[in-house]
Amino acid sequence: MRPFEYVSPNTRTQAISLLGASWGNAEILAGGTDLLTLMKDDVVAPKRLINIKGIHDLHGVSSNAQGFHIGALTTLGDLADDATVRRNYPALAEALPEAASPQIRNLATLGGNLCQRPRCWYFRNGFGLLPKNETGKELAAGGENRYHAILGNEGPAKFVSPSTLVPILIAYGAKIRLEGPKGKREFPLEKFFVIPKNEGEREHDLRPNEIVTEVVIPPASDVRAAHYEIRQKEVFDWPLAVAGVALRMRGSNVKSARIVMGYVAPVPWPSPEAEQALMGQPINKDTAQRAAEAALTNAKPLSHNAYKVQLARVALRRAILKAASGGVS
Amino acid sequence: MPDYAWPDAQHRTLIGTRVSRVDSPAKVSGQAKYTYDVHRPGMLYGKVLRCPYAHAKIVSIDTSAAEKMPGVKAVHIVQGPGAAIHWAGDEVVAVAAVDEPTAEDAIRVIKVEYQQLPHLVSDAEPPKGGAQEEGPLSMDALDDMLDNEMPAGQMVSQIQQYGITEKPSEGRLNELKEDGASDAVLDALRTAAVHPEAASKLPSSYQKAAAQTVGDPEKAFAEAAVVSEGLYGIPLIAHCCLESHGSISEWTDQDHLFTHISTQNVSGIPGQMAEPLKIPATNVRVHQDHIGGGFGSKFSPDRWGIFTAEISKKAGGKPVRIMLERDAELEVAGARPSAYARVKVGAMKDGALVAWQSNSWGTGGPGGGGMPPIPYVFSIPNQRQEHIAIRNNIGPARAWRAPNHPQAAVLTMCALDDLAAKLNMDPVEFFGKNLNLTKQRENTYREELAIASELMDWKQKWHPREQIASGGMARGVGLSFHTWGGRGHASDCDLTIHPDGSVELKLCSQDLGTGTRTCILIVASETLGIPMDAIQLQIGDTTYPPSGGSGGSTTIGGVSSSTRRAAADARDALFTKVAPALNTQPDQLECVNGKLSVKGDSSRSLSWKEACSKLGAMPLTIRGKNPDRSKPPDLTNSGVGGVQMAEAEVDADTGVVKVKKMVAVQDCGLVIDLKTAESQCYGALIMGISYSLYEEKVMDPSTGRMLNADMGFYRLAGLSDIPELVVHMMTGKGYDERGVIGLGEPPVISPGAAISNAVANAIGVRVPFLPLTPDRVLAALEQKAGA
Ligand SMILES: Cc1cc2nc3c(=O)[nH]c(=O)nc-3n(C[C@H](O)[C@H](O)[C@H](O)COP(=O)(O)OP(=O)(O)OC[C@H]3O[C@@H](n4cnc5c(N)ncnc54)[C@H](O)[C@@H]3O)c2cc1C
Repeated sequence: MRPFEYVSPNTRTQAISLLGASWGNAEILAGGTDLLTLMKDDVVAPKRLINIKGIHDLHGVSSNAQGFHIGALTTLGDLADDATVRRNYPALAEALPEAASPQIRNLATLGGNLCQRPRCWYFRNGFGLLPKNETGKELAAGGENRYHAILGNEGPAKFVSPSTLVPILIAYGAKIRLEGPKGKREFPLEKFFVIPKNEGEREHDLRPNEIVTEVVIPPASDVRAAHYEIRQKEVFDWPLAVAGVALRMRGSNVKSARIVMGYVAPVPWPSPEAEQALMGQPINKDTAQRAAEAALTNAKPLSHNAYKVQLARVALRRAILKAASGGVS
Repeated sequence: MPDYAWPDAQHRTLIGTRVSRVDSPAKVSGQAKYTYDVHRPGMLYGKVLRCPYAHAKIVSIDTSAAEKMPGVKAVHIVQGPGAAIHWAGDEVVAVAAVDEPTAEDAIRVIKVEYQQLPHLVSDAEPPKGGAQEEGPLSMDALDDMLDNEMPAGQMVSQIQQYGITEKPSEGRLNELKEDGASDAVLDALRTAAVHPEAASKLPSSYQKAAAQTVGDPEKAFAEAAVVSEGLYGIPLIAHCCLESHGSISEWTDQDHLFTHISTQNVSGIPGQMAEPLKIPATNVRVHQDHIGGGFGSKFSPDRWGIFTAEISKKAGGKPVRIMLERDAELEVAGARPSAYARVKVGAMKDGALVAWQSNSWGTGGPGGGGMPPIPYVFSIPNQRQEHIAIRNNIGPARAWRAPNHPQAAVLTMCALDDLAAKLNMDPVEFFGKNLNLTKQRENTYREELAIASELMDWKQKWHPREQIASGGMARGVGLSFHTWGGRGHASDCDLTIHPDGSVELKLCSQDLGTGTRTCILIVASETLGIPMDAIQLQIGDTTYPPSGGSGGSTTIGGVSSSTRRAAADARDALFTKVAPALNTQPDQLECVNGKLSVKGDSSRSLSWKEACSKLGAMPLTIRGKNPDRSKPPDLTNSGVGGVQMAEAEVDADTGVVKVKKMVAVQDCGLVIDLKTAESQCYGALIMGISYSLYEEKVMDPSTGRMLNADMGFYRLAGLSDIPELVVHMMTGKGYDERGVIGLGEPPVISPGAAISNAVANAIGVRVPFLPLTPDRVLAALEQKAGA
């Protein structure tokens, strides 16, 4: 780890003023479960570390008519134990304890979870987010890409978006709130994730001097939702495919659907094709399968990850069936 | 001659019972000190600059900025300009500084210029018709063959056929002998043709070994009723010791070194450090209390152990600590060679095996690597083997728990299992029918197979491969056989009885986590007739009598024999001193539960303490020593057999494999501690599940680097991946009287083959290569659907 300056502001305004106008100089430190690893491995080397944990109004959760507000510094552990989450957003409550390990969840914050960097092993070994070797050859496309993207991989970005919570959050219609020197921004969570085209660009729509302040999930009492993950190991393993599904029903047919895949693309991947396929349909094995197939029609696997197409399909099919049956696995 | 023989079943009180580890409380409470925990006063922290390229030449090194950095105490060039690097992560410069960050900063300002050279990190099947060298063998190649436990016969035939690149000196021959070269191999080397010109030739990546033939395989295949052909393999994996390699070294004066090192071989370290450091071995003191895993990768001080001592010297003798970081541990501190083969096997209609043919390849890094002993366990009457060793830049291989046997088990047992499926035979019946081919182990295997079948409920669970559920969850069972040597090693120990009744036992062995401390105390306690906690045991320090390295499953046989001898002699010496006081002859005395009494007359007795007071002023010390290896063993023995069965469940939609149950039936002669013996098997099954489902070193073809040198993507099984494990130790008549035999390695040999066979049974098709990851399982299913 390289030497750095460490500051602990107490307000959002202070924190924002300490951030720089370009990437690379300053980093926000929340739980540190991701950032410290990146620093130890010399993948990122900020000159200034801004510990935001002293900013009180970024902690904790609250509810109002808009929905459920989650402060960026709320830990995944606290969220998993939260009664409102369990009651009103059972699919999120199911996804939380599947993420990482109890020790990590006790430190990891939701804001950090949304901003965590990709797990791509080329990136983590210092070859860049759009990994190239010294001669400029793209490494992931012709290399060890068994865990890489099968969708949205036309450009140089081949990594997959790492959060397992984001697909179900997007399916529930979550919004993200940011704050920077020019004020606040709010937009649907899926818009927060972008595919970088050049090295040096980030995978989030976050300006270098902005912080994530909260996530708002709208009320979901009429939603049937489910989260499904395929991992090789039983627990504490990076998944191979993730699906988040939220259905609104009219009688026994689908009125509207939100369907999002994770671990398939450099961004969380909503599938309007699958949503369309379910519209007006009852949920059964056949309709779920058709929706899953529609979602993967455009998949373009790399040299070693064709199997992920099948896994993404299965995760989606199982999530749809699980959602329809009330979210119980 | 005193009678050292192990007491028979009626006369054993501790041996063979379930005794908990004596060091468990220290370990679970965190009091046990591992090398990693050692922090010496004034200690400096060492860091290593590693080469980022898989194959390169060092052009120049500039360390001036590091030398000037405040807090840096020593800079040491490990490999200088001109040196060739053969794997990424190899050591180039080491520094010692007052703290870790400073040492890291210093490493970062060192400038090294490399000339990059082409690398190969693949171990894929050698290209047909590609350049395959059948050239003379280098000394490195020979070392490698020994590391890989290539059978002596194979080595001799290769030496005779190809010759060697340099004539070995007698000193070199002695070294080879110490590394396990048999006399036949040494003789072959003395008379081998020498081709020095070949040494300078750029070696091909593919080195072909001499083909071997037994019987008439061609004819046998022609006559066979059924022939099965398949592709099988097991990848390169890391040892992944949870306590990484490393040491803390300090000079107590100009020419005396004190080293704390994480090692399987405490007694062997001084000799290996002495030569490079140019001091006598007597001047090196080595200490280790506990070790967090070695698995065959921690026998030598390693290059980094030597330069830790050298830097300490440069820094005025101050303690210097270099423990490898996790990524280095996974990249450079050892790997199990890979092995792959196209195998053809033939049997008669009744299942009798008649013919084997294998074309195998694999890599053990820059040195290539030998062929595993295939066909394994079953001596098929007609066989032909061809092997190509791939020399590449994946990093150096090391012995990994039962070197070459897990590979041999996968290549053999999976091929035979496929043949059984083709014959439409239950594998239990098929393997059972061929047990005559296992020669002297036949009865053991037969008994074990029956017990394992029962414990697995095999009859209920096995089904022909065609009868499988389509889609959804599929279950199946598989089995495998294995064998190992395990005769005790040389081991000296000193047992001292003090006049106040206290007893101490010292030997420079190590407890690899297998329960060695506990077993030594059981033997001493049983022999002396006093409780285990009345004996103070000291191990892990070179100030104690030398005891062999813990490799080849030789420790339990070695330390139990020498302890038995020392304790029996000490007991008899004490009886001689005490007999007059009880008015009897020494041979009429016995000691039970801390009470010395005349046999058959417990009224004539002394407490242990009273008895020891008869020793006079001086304590009594007895040296226990095992008979020379050239003599037939008495208290220990060699050769064990084991049978394992696995039940697996496969999600046919996702290719995710879960092991549902494993059964291990194992013999190891006389069991000293049933509990630690069973634990050894549990641990082996867990490690086996890990390498069957998860472990593999992923190498990037273009940068030549290991991509998963971390615990996130170098996966190990977690608690919830471990199913019901059933262990049955073979004991009693036919087993106990063979003496004590090692158990460290044998139970880790079969899991790969057994689990692969269970998956084949579940889904009706072979997944050729371990680990059985979803991509491989789905590919096999797809191929089956297409067929
Ligand atoms: C072993 C392991 C397993 C894991 N498994 C999973 C899993 O299964 N599923 C999953 O979803 N995640 C998983 N994670 C990731 C984990 O959830 C994240 O590391 C964690 O949520 C990050 O939160 P943090 O507070 O520790 O962030 P930090 O490490 O402090 O920060 C992470 C990044 O986010 C930025 N950041 C943090 N907070 C803000 C903010 N408020 N505004 C702007 N930028 C911010 C930081 O600058 C940094 O770049 C795993 C992590 C580990 C180490």
